[in-house]
Amino acid sequence: MKLAFTAKGTEWDSMMDPRFGRTQFIVIYDDHNQILTSFNNSAVEHEAHGAGTATAQKIFELSPDVLITGNGPGSHAVQALKQINMRIFTEAHNMTIKQAFEKYKNGELNEI
Amino acid sequence: MTNHSPVRIAIASGKGGTGKTTLATNLAAYIAEQEEVVLVDLDVEEPNSGLFFKGDLIHEESNVKMTPQWDEPKCTFCGLCQKVCNFHAVLQLGPTILVFPELCHSCYACSELCPTDALPMISKRTGKLSDLRINNLHFVESRLDVGEEQAVPTISKTKQYSNENYTHLRIEIDDCPPGISCPVIEATKNAHFVILITEPTPFGLHDLTLAVETMRALKKPMGVVVNRYGIGNEAVIDYCQKENITILAKIPNSRRIAELYSSGKLIYQEIPEVKELLSTILDYCLKVSKGGIA
Repeated sequence: MKLAFTAKGTEWDSMMDPRFGRTQFIVIYDDHNQILTSFNNSAVEHEAHGAGTATAQKIFELSPDVLITGNGPGSHAVQALKQINMRIFTEAHNMTIKQAFEKYKNGELNEI
Repeated sequence: MTNHSPVRIAIASGKGGTGKTTLATNLAAYIAEQEEVVLVDLDVEEPNSGLFFKGDLIHEESNVKMTPQWDEPKCTFCGLCQKVCNFHAVLQLGPTILVFPELCHSCYACSELCPTDALPMISKRTGKLSDLRINNLHFVESRLDVGEEQAVPTISKTKQYSNENYTHLRIEIDDCPPGISCPVIEATKNAHFVILITEPTPFGLHDLTLAVETMRALKKPMGVVVNRYGIGNEAVIDYCQKENITILAKIPNSRRIAELYSSGKLIYQEIPEVKELLSTILDYCLKVSKGGIA
Protein backbone atom coordinates (compact mmCIF):
# COMPACT_ATOMS: atom_id res chain seq x y z
CA MET A 1 0.00 0.00 0.00
CA LYS A 2 1.16 3.55 -0.78
CA LEU A 3 0.91 6.45 1.65
CA ALA A 4 1.30 10.09 0.64
CA PHE A 5 2.54 12.74 3.09
CA THR A 6 2.57 16.52 2.63
CA ALA A 7 6.04 17.51 3.81
CA LYS A 8 8.71 20.22 3.91
CA GLY A 9 11.48 17.74 3.00
CA THR A 10 12.02 14.30 1.55
CA GLU A 11 13.37 12.24 4.49
CA TRP A 12 11.67 10.39 7.35
CA ASP A 13 12.96 13.12 9.68
CA SER A 14 11.61 15.94 7.52
CA MET A 15 8.80 17.99 9.02
CA MET A 16 5.29 17.60 7.75
CA ASP A 17 3.92 20.54 5.74
CA PRO A 18 0.56 21.43 7.30
CA ARG A 19 -0.69 22.77 3.95
CA PHE A 20 -2.19 20.55 1.32
CA GLY A 21 -2.43 22.62 -1.86
CA ARG A 22 0.79 24.50 -1.33
CA THR A 23 2.82 21.72 0.25
CA GLN A 24 6.49 21.80 -0.73
CA PHE A 25 6.81 18.06 -1.27
CA ILE A 26 4.57 15.06 -1.58
CA VAL A 27 6.44 12.14 -0.04
CA ILE A 28 5.28 8.64 -0.94
CA TYR A 29 5.98 5.61 1.20
CA ASP A 30 5.36 2.24 -0.36
CA ASP A 31 5.20 -0.27 2.51
CA HIS A 32 5.39 -3.15 0.06
CA ASN A 33 8.99 -2.53 -0.97
CA GLN A 34 9.61 -0.06 1.93
CA ILE A 35 10.83 2.70 -0.38
CA LEU A 36 10.42 6.42 0.28
CA THR A 37 10.09 8.59 -2.82
CA SER A 38 9.13 12.20 -3.25
CA PHE A 39 7.63 14.67 -5.66
CA ASN A 40 8.73 18.33 -5.56
CA ASN A 41 5.53 20.35 -5.57
CA SER A 42 7.14 23.80 -5.34
CA ALA A 43 5.96 24.80 -8.82
CA VAL A 44 2.56 25.39 -7.21
CA GLU A 45 4.02 28.45 -5.47
CA HIS A 46 3.60 30.38 -8.70
CA GLU A 47 -0.09 29.53 -8.95
CA ALA A 48 -2.29 32.37 -7.82
CA HIS A 49 -5.39 30.20 -7.93
CA GLY A 50 -6.37 26.58 -7.76
CA ALA A 51 -3.36 25.28 -5.80
CA GLY A 52 -5.63 22.80 -4.03
CA THR A 53 -7.11 21.29 -7.16
CA ALA A 54 -3.69 21.26 -8.87
CA THR A 55 -2.19 19.28 -5.99
CA ALA A 56 -5.22 16.96 -5.93
CA GLN A 57 -4.52 16.27 -9.60
CA LYS A 58 -0.93 15.42 -8.67
CA ILE A 59 -2.15 13.05 -5.93
CA PHE A 60 -4.32 11.35 -8.53
CA GLU A 61 -1.27 10.84 -10.76
CA LEU A 62 0.87 9.51 -7.88
CA SER A 63 -2.07 7.24 -6.93
CA PRO A 64 -1.43 6.56 -3.24
CA ASP A 65 -4.04 4.68 -1.19
CA VAL A 66 -3.94 7.10 1.71
CA LEU A 67 -3.19 10.81 2.10
CA ILE A 68 -1.72 12.08 5.38
CA THR A 69 -1.63 15.84 5.80
CA GLY A 70 -1.96 18.65 8.36
CA ASN A 71 -4.67 21.28 8.21
CA GLY A 72 -6.66 19.31 5.68
CA PRO A 73 -7.42 20.10 2.04
CA GLY A 74 -9.97 22.79 1.19
CA SER A 75 -13.42 21.97 -0.09
CA HIS A 76 -12.51 21.91 -3.80
CA ALA A 77 -9.53 19.62 -3.24
CA VAL A 78 -11.60 17.36 -1.00
CA GLN A 79 -14.23 17.12 -3.71
CA ALA A 80 -11.56 16.03 -6.21
CA LEU A 81 -9.94 13.60 -3.77
CA LYS A 82 -13.29 12.04 -2.84
CA GLN A 83 -13.95 11.57 -6.54
CA ILE A 84 -10.94 9.25 -6.66
CA ASN A 85 -11.94 7.62 -3.33
CA MET A 86 -8.89 8.86 -1.50
CA ARG A 87 -8.76 8.23 2.24
CA ILE A 88 -7.66 11.50 3.86
CA PHE A 89 -6.09 11.76 7.33
CA THR A 90 -5.46 15.18 8.86
CA GLU A 91 -3.95 16.87 11.93
CA ALA A 92 -0.49 15.45 11.24
CA HIS A 93 1.33 18.76 11.66
CA ASN A 94 4.16 19.93 13.95
CA MET A 95 5.77 16.52 13.59
CA THR A 96 8.11 14.58 11.32
CA ILE A 97 6.94 12.25 8.58
CA LYS A 98 8.06 9.34 10.76
CA GLN A 99 5.95 10.56 13.68
CA ALA A 100 2.98 11.11 11.35
CA PHE A 101 3.36 7.55 10.06
CA GLU A 102 3.42 6.20 13.64
CA LYS A 103 0.31 8.17 14.52
CA TYR A 104 -1.41 6.85 11.42
CA LYS A 105 -0.54 3.27 12.32
CA ASN A 106 -1.84 3.81 15.86
CA GLY A 107 -5.11 5.17 14.50
CA GLU A 108 -4.47 8.57 16.14
CA LEU A 109 -5.15 10.74 13.08
CA ASN A 110 -8.46 12.22 12.09
CA GLU A 111 -10.02 10.78 8.94
CA ILE A 112 -12.24 13.10 6.95
CA MET B 1 -23.67 68.47 -18.62
CA THR B 2 -25.82 66.07 -20.62
CA ASN B 3 -24.19 63.54 -22.93
CA HIS B 4 -21.28 63.19 -20.54
CA SER B 5 -20.52 60.40 -18.18
CA PRO B 6 -20.53 61.52 -14.55
CA VAL B 7 -17.42 62.47 -12.66
CA ARG B 8 -16.58 59.28 -10.85
CA ILE B 9 -15.18 59.75 -7.36
CA ALA B 10 -13.91 56.46 -5.95
CA ILE B 11 -13.49 56.06 -2.21
CA ALA B 12 -10.87 53.48 -1.40
CA SER B 13 -8.38 52.65 1.33
CA GLY B 14 -5.60 50.25 1.96
CA LYS B 15 -6.72 49.19 5.40
CA GLY B 16 -10.28 48.03 5.99
CA GLY B 17 -12.51 49.72 8.51
CA THR B 18 -11.09 53.21 8.06
CA GLY B 19 -14.32 54.89 6.95
CA LYS B 20 -14.94 54.24 3.25
CA THR B 21 -18.63 53.61 3.73
CA THR B 22 -18.99 56.46 6.23
CA LEU B 23 -17.52 58.89 3.73
CA ALA B 24 -19.28 57.44 0.67
CA THR B 25 -22.75 57.46 2.20
CA ASN B 26 -22.39 60.90 3.77
CA LEU B 27 -20.87 62.45 0.67
CA ALA B 28 -23.55 60.98 -1.60
CA ALA B 29 -26.39 62.05 0.69
CA TYR B 30 -24.87 65.51 1.01
CA ILE B 31 -24.70 65.89 -2.78
CA ALA B 32 -28.27 64.58 -3.08
CA GLU B 33 -29.48 67.58 -1.08
CA GLN B 34 -28.72 69.67 -4.18
CA GLU B 35 -28.85 67.33 -7.19
CA GLU B 36 -29.42 63.79 -8.38
CA VAL B 37 -26.43 61.58 -7.69
CA VAL B 38 -25.62 57.88 -7.89
CA LEU B 39 -23.82 55.96 -5.14
CA VAL B 40 -22.45 52.60 -6.25
CA ASP B 41 -21.35 50.04 -3.66
CA LEU B 42 -18.55 48.12 -5.38
CA ASP B 43 -17.49 46.29 -2.24
CA VAL B 44 -19.47 43.32 -3.54
CA GLU B 45 -18.03 40.84 -1.06
CA GLU B 46 -19.37 42.86 1.83
CA PRO B 47 -21.56 45.73 0.65
CA ASN B 48 -22.77 47.85 3.55
CA SER B 49 -23.62 51.29 2.19
CA GLY B 50 -27.18 50.04 1.86
CA LEU B 51 -27.51 49.89 5.64
CA PHE B 52 -27.85 53.67 5.66
CA PHE B 53 -30.62 54.05 3.10
CA LYS B 54 -34.20 52.91 2.95
CA GLY B 55 -35.62 53.55 -0.48
CA ASP B 56 -37.80 52.17 -3.22
CA LEU B 57 -36.42 49.22 -5.13
CA ILE B 58 -36.63 50.24 -8.77
CA HIS B 59 -34.69 47.37 -10.33
CA GLU B 60 -33.21 44.03 -9.35
CA GLU B 61 -31.40 41.42 -11.45
CA SER B 62 -29.23 38.33 -11.01
CA ASN B 63 -25.53 38.58 -11.68
CA VAL B 64 -24.27 35.56 -13.59
CA LYS B 65 -21.04 34.20 -14.92
CA MET B 66 -20.37 31.64 -17.64
CA THR B 67 -18.74 28.35 -16.68
CA PRO B 68 -18.24 25.09 -18.57
CA GLN B 69 -20.48 22.09 -17.97
CA TRP B 70 -19.22 18.62 -18.84
CA ASP B 71 -21.19 16.78 -21.50
CA GLU B 72 -19.98 13.26 -20.67
CA PRO B 73 -21.10 11.32 -23.77
CA LYS B 74 -19.22 13.70 -26.07
CA CYS B 75 -15.93 13.54 -24.13
CA THR B 76 -12.92 11.69 -25.57
CA PHE B 77 -10.75 12.32 -22.47
CA CYS B 78 -8.02 13.96 -24.52
CA GLY B 79 -6.98 16.04 -21.49
CA LEU B 80 -6.74 19.34 -23.36
CA CYS B 81 -9.26 21.12 -21.09
CA GLN B 82 -7.20 20.43 -18.00
CA LYS B 83 -4.00 21.43 -19.74
CA VAL B 84 -5.26 24.84 -20.88
CA CYS B 85 -6.92 25.85 -17.60
CA ASN B 86 -4.64 28.31 -15.79
CA PHE B 87 -6.81 28.18 -12.70
CA HIS B 88 -7.05 24.41 -12.20
CA ALA B 89 -10.81 24.74 -12.45
CA VAL B 90 -11.07 21.72 -14.77
CA LEU B 91 -9.56 18.41 -13.68
CA GLN B 92 -9.43 15.15 -15.52
CA LEU B 93 -9.41 12.35 -12.96
CA GLY B 94 -9.42 9.13 -14.93
CA PRO B 95 -12.75 8.74 -16.68
CA THR B 96 -14.22 11.87 -15.08
CA ILE B 97 -13.95 15.58 -15.81
CA LEU B 98 -14.54 17.72 -12.72
CA VAL B 99 -15.39 21.40 -13.14
CA PHE B 100 -15.05 23.83 -10.22
CA PRO B 101 -17.26 26.78 -11.16
CA GLU B 102 -15.98 28.96 -8.28
CA LEU B 103 -12.41 28.67 -9.59
CA CYS B 104 -13.40 29.29 -13.22
CA HIS B 105 -12.48 32.73 -14.64
CA SER B 106 -14.81 32.34 -17.65
CA CYS B 107 -11.97 32.50 -20.19
CA TYR B 108 -13.71 29.94 -22.46
CA ALA B 109 -10.36 28.25 -23.33
CA CYS B 110 -11.45 24.73 -22.36
CA SER B 111 -14.84 25.16 -24.00
CA GLU B 112 -13.58 26.67 -27.27
CA LEU B 113 -10.62 24.32 -27.65
CA CYS B 114 -12.47 21.10 -26.81
CA PRO B 115 -12.38 19.12 -30.08
CA THR B 116 -15.75 17.51 -29.41
CA ASP B 117 -17.65 20.42 -27.80
CA ALA B 118 -17.94 18.47 -24.58
CA LEU B 119 -17.65 21.56 -22.36
CA PRO B 120 -20.43 23.97 -23.36
CA MET B 121 -20.58 27.19 -21.33
CA ILE B 122 -23.66 27.70 -19.18
CA SER B 123 -24.62 30.62 -17.00
CA LYS B 124 -24.40 30.39 -13.24
CA ARG B 125 -25.83 32.86 -10.75
CA THR B 126 -23.19 34.56 -8.59
CA GLY B 127 -25.28 37.15 -6.79
CA LYS B 128 -27.68 39.99 -7.36
CA LEU B 129 -27.69 43.64 -8.29
CA SER B 130 -30.18 46.09 -6.79
CA ASP B 131 -30.98 49.68 -7.69
CA LEU B 132 -32.79 51.82 -5.13
CA ARG B 133 -34.10 55.33 -5.25
CA ILE B 134 -34.16 57.62 -2.23
CA ASN B 135 -35.32 61.04 -3.48
CA ASN B 136 -32.33 62.47 -5.36
CA LEU B 137 -30.09 59.56 -4.49
CA HIS B 138 -29.76 56.51 -6.71
CA PHE B 139 -28.16 53.62 -4.89
CA VAL B 140 -26.76 50.67 -6.84
CA GLU B 141 -25.20 47.67 -5.13
CA SER B 142 -24.19 44.15 -6.01
CA ARG B 143 -23.88 41.38 -3.50
CA LEU B 144 -22.03 38.13 -4.15
CA ASP B 145 -23.76 34.94 -3.06
CA VAL B 146 -22.13 33.10 -0.15
CA GLY B 147 -19.28 30.92 -1.40
CA GLU B 148 -18.61 32.92 -4.55
CA GLU B 149 -14.96 33.85 -4.77
CA GLN B 150 -14.63 36.24 -7.67
CA ALA B 151 -15.48 39.86 -7.07
CA VAL B 152 -14.00 41.31 -10.26
CA PRO B 153 -16.63 40.25 -12.84
CA THR B 154 -19.42 41.44 -10.53
CA ILE B 155 -17.71 44.78 -9.93
CA SER B 156 -17.25 45.21 -13.67
CA LYS B 157 -20.90 44.42 -14.34
CA THR B 158 -22.10 46.76 -11.60
CA LYS B 159 -20.05 49.62 -13.06
CA GLN B 160 -21.48 48.86 -16.47
CA TYR B 161 -25.02 48.98 -15.11
CA SER B 162 -24.39 52.39 -13.56
CA ASN B 163 -22.75 53.64 -16.77
CA GLU B 164 -25.73 52.58 -18.84
CA ASN B 165 -28.38 53.98 -16.53
CA TYR B 166 -26.87 57.11 -15.00
CA THR B 167 -24.98 58.87 -17.78
CA HIS B 168 -27.11 61.98 -17.28
CA LEU B 169 -25.87 62.67 -13.76
CA ARG B 170 -23.01 64.97 -12.87
CA ILE B 171 -21.44 62.87 -10.10
CA GLU B 172 -21.04 59.20 -9.23
CA ILE B 173 -19.64 58.09 -5.87
CA ASP B 174 -18.09 54.62 -5.73
CA ASP B 175 -17.66 52.82 -2.42
CA CYS B 176 -14.72 50.51 -3.17
CA PRO B 177 -13.43 47.32 -1.54
CA PRO B 178 -10.49 47.52 0.88
CA GLY B 179 -6.98 46.35 0.07
CA ILE B 180 -5.03 46.77 -3.15
CA SER B 181 -5.77 43.55 -5.05
CA CYS B 182 -7.72 42.93 -8.26
CA PRO B 183 -11.16 44.04 -6.94
CA VAL B 184 -9.74 47.45 -6.00
CA ILE B 185 -8.06 47.85 -9.40
CA GLU B 186 -11.32 47.00 -11.13
CA ALA B 187 -13.29 49.36 -8.89
CA THR B 188 -10.97 52.34 -9.33
CA LYS B 189 -9.59 52.01 -12.85
CA ASN B 190 -12.20 54.26 -14.47
CA ALA B 191 -12.39 56.77 -11.61
CA HIS B 192 -11.62 60.43 -12.25
CA PHE B 193 -10.52 60.97 -8.69
CA VAL B 194 -9.65 58.58 -5.86
CA ILE B 195 -10.11 59.48 -2.22
CA LEU B 196 -7.97 57.31 0.04
CA ILE B 197 -9.30 57.28 3.56
CA THR B 198 -7.06 56.17 6.39
CA GLU B 199 -6.63 56.34 10.13
CA PRO B 200 -3.55 58.00 11.65
CA THR B 201 -2.00 54.84 13.05
CA PRO B 202 1.07 52.82 12.04
CA PHE B 203 -1.20 50.17 10.51
CA GLY B 204 -3.18 52.84 8.68
CA LEU B 205 0.02 54.39 7.34
CA HIS B 206 1.40 51.04 6.21
CA ASP B 207 -1.66 50.21 4.14
CA LEU B 208 -2.09 53.80 2.93
CA THR B 209 1.43 53.62 1.49
CA LEU B 210 0.48 50.52 -0.49
CA ALA B 211 -2.73 52.16 -1.70
CA VAL B 212 -0.88 55.32 -2.77
CA GLU B 213 1.62 53.24 -4.74
CA THR B 214 -1.24 51.35 -6.39
CA MET B 215 -3.08 54.53 -7.39
CA ARG B 216 0.16 56.03 -8.70
CA ALA B 217 0.64 52.97 -10.89
CA LEU B 218 -2.90 53.56 -12.20
CA LYS B 219 -2.05 57.28 -12.67
CA LYS B 220 -5.06 58.39 -10.64
CA PRO B 221 -5.43 61.86 -9.18
CA MET B 222 -5.90 61.31 -5.47
CA GLY B 223 -6.24 62.89 -2.09
CA VAL B 224 -6.23 61.58 1.45
CA VAL B 225 -8.89 61.88 4.13
CA VAL B 226 -7.64 61.18 7.62
CA ASN B 227 -10.40 59.69 9.71
CA ARG B 228 -10.45 59.50 13.51
CA TYR B 229 -7.88 62.26 13.60
CA GLY B 230 -6.48 62.59 17.10
CA ILE B 231 -5.69 58.94 17.75
CA GLY B 232 -2.33 57.40 16.88
CA ASN B 233 0.38 59.78 15.69
CA GLU B 234 1.27 62.35 13.05
CA ALA B 235 3.10 59.91 10.76
CA VAL B 236 0.31 59.82 8.15
CA ILE B 237 0.32 63.63 7.94
CA ASP B 238 4.12 63.68 7.62
CA TYR B 239 4.00 61.00 4.94
CA CYS B 240 1.43 62.91 2.85
CA GLN B 241 3.46 66.11 3.08
CA LYS B 242 6.64 64.32 2.10
CA GLU B 243 4.92 62.62 -0.83
CA ASN B 244 3.09 65.77 -1.89
CA ILE B 245 -0.36 64.25 -1.47
CA THR B 246 -3.19 66.62 -0.61
CA ILE B 247 -4.93 65.98 2.69
CA LEU B 248 -8.53 66.76 1.82
CA ALA B 249 -9.87 66.64 5.35
CA LYS B 250 -9.24 65.44 8.86
CA ILE B 251 -12.36 63.95 10.41
CA PRO B 252 -11.93 64.14 14.18
CA ASN B 253 -12.02 61.07 16.37
CA SER B 254 -15.36 61.36 18.10
CA ARG B 255 -17.57 59.06 20.10
CA ARG B 256 -20.62 60.89 18.76
CA ILE B 257 -19.65 60.01 15.15
CA ALA B 258 -19.19 56.34 16.09
CA GLU B 259 -22.59 56.32 17.80
CA LEU B 260 -24.34 57.84 14.79
CA TYR B 261 -22.66 55.40 12.41
CA SER B 262 -23.47 52.39 14.55
CA SER B 263 -27.13 53.35 14.68
CA GLY B 264 -27.26 53.69 10.89
CA LYS B 265 -27.50 57.48 10.78
CA LEU B 266 -25.80 59.96 8.47
CA ILE B 267 -23.23 61.96 10.37
CA TYR B 268 -23.15 65.27 8.56
CA GLN B 269 -26.83 65.86 9.29
CA GLU B 270 -26.07 65.98 13.00
CA ILE B 271 -22.55 67.42 13.05
CA PRO B 272 -22.12 70.69 11.10
CA GLU B 273 -18.33 70.39 11.16
CA VAL B 274 -18.53 67.19 9.12
CA LYS B 275 -20.84 68.87 6.62
CA GLU B 276 -18.21 71.55 6.06
CA LEU B 277 -15.55 68.90 5.56
CA LEU B 278 -17.73 67.17 2.94
CA SER B 279 -18.15 70.43 1.10
CA THR B 280 -14.37 70.97 1.06
CA ILE B 281 -13.73 67.41 -0.12
CA LEU B 282 -16.32 67.64 -2.90
CA ASP B 283 -15.08 71.00 -4.18
CA TYR B 284 -11.54 69.69 -4.40
CA CYS B 285 -12.52 66.44 -6.16
CA LEU B 286 -14.60 68.27 -8.75
CA LYS B 287 -11.92 70.88 -9.34
CA VAL B 288 -9.23 68.27 -9.95
CA SER B 289 -11.52 66.00 -12.00
CA LYS B 290 -12.67 68.79 -14.26
CA GLY B 291 -10.26 67.77 -17.00
CA GLY B 292 -12.12 64.48 -17.16
CA ILE B 293 -15.49 66.04 -17.97
CA ALA B 294 -14.47 69.02 -20.13
